[in-house]
Amino acid sequence: MTRDEALFEFALRMGDTALILGHRISEWCGHAPVIEEDIALANIALDLIGQTQMWLGLAGEVEGRGRSADDLAYLRDAWDFRNLLIAERPNRDFGHTYMRQFLHDAYAVEMLGELTGSAEERVAAIAAKALKEAQYHLEKSSEIVIGLGDGTEESHARMQDALERLWPYTGEMFADDAVDETLAAESIAPKPSSLRPAWDARVNAVLGEATLTRPESGFAHLGGKTGRHTEHLGHLLAEMQWLQRAYPGATW
Amino acid sequence: MVSATLPSLAEVRGWLAEIPDPEIPVLSLADLGVIRDVAWEGDTLEVALTPTYSGCPATAFIRLEVERKLREKGIDKLRLVERLDPPWTTDWISAEGRAKLEAYGIAPPQPAGGPARCPRCGGTDLERVSQFGSTPCKAQWRCRDCLEPFDYFKCI
Repeated sequence: MTRDEALFEFALRMGDTALILGHRISEWCGHAPVIEEDIALANIALDLIGQTQMWLGLAGEVEGRGRSADDLAYLRDAWDFRNLLIAERPNRDFGHTYMRQFLHDAYAVEMLGELTGSAEERVAAIAAKALKEAQYHLEKSSEIVIGLGDGTEESHARMQDALERLWPYTGEMFADDAVDETLAAESIAPKPSSLRPAWDARVNAVLGEATLTRPESGFAHLGGKTGRHTEHLGHLLAEMQWLQRAYPGATW
Repeated sequence: MVSATLPSLAEVRGWLAEIPDPEIPVLSLADLGVIRDVAWEGDTLEVALTPTYSGCPATAFIRLEVERKLREKGIDKLRLVERLDPPWTTDWISAEGRAKLEAYGIAPPQPAGGPARCPRCGGTDLERVSQFGSTPCKAQWRCRDCLEPFDYFKCI
């Protein structure tokens, strides 16, 4: 695998995770429990989709076949997506949505933080921009996880349930493969496994404050990073890509 | 000489400083600090812009407005480039911009992470309503003295 092949894959992984998670939380727009939370989720979605434009823009540039960020977002099918599986998990309830967001944000902050020192300037610039937003998102998602975990009997039970359902999807964040090895050797990106201790420390602290119990299982669902997805991604893409599929080439 | 007919960079900066931010019109693009560089490359004017928040929808309008203004001033050869590095920070909002924000009813960003005082009554007994607001750059706060809610320009 060449450096550029690996960088293309990596930029897709970063961009697709931001895009799919951003689209997922945009589904809350108009449905959140109170207007402030509705606005907050829409804002986080907007940041993530902004980050998508930068990562997929870079992917298209590195690939060199003239594909734009929009082409990559709207004209690929599920098996070409490289997002982490956790991003495509359905929203379920508000607490579940924020548990997913928290587990992701705690990872994003570590990954982006490391990427600010990337030997590839374009990666470092995108990471520095996205990191500021990710830190803000993590502040928000930590507060909600703590508030609902250490809340009523009902909210606590739902958050514990969300944690257990999502936990098997966290291991994929830290699973290294050939793309990661290639980029680590070039000092472009860290090995994902190296981010685990910092993520563990953050997650343990927040779960402790939230009075939630960290699951013991180390089982991890894998496949998102190589294009093997759950059935949920196809449904999401059907909605997200509908306009471009029905009216090819449509523009504003 | 072609260069004799080109407007000076100071003149160009002056024109760009007249363009209001599309979402907070009391601020100009110069106040906001999103115009990172203006330079002549031969007879082509290159303007480097930086986005505030990566997904801010105003970014596209800002590009349009910059292009419209410069074309109006007779600049035909124009190149707009996006510059991500260093990333935009609220520290780049000018002192004048901060004063304009407060007068408009938006508390300017503070390094401490929350507003210094209520932009309406000056009260300091404040509470946060939400970390997020009507645009990506704002949060919602409330003043316990005058009981009014207000926008706070969040610090990044």
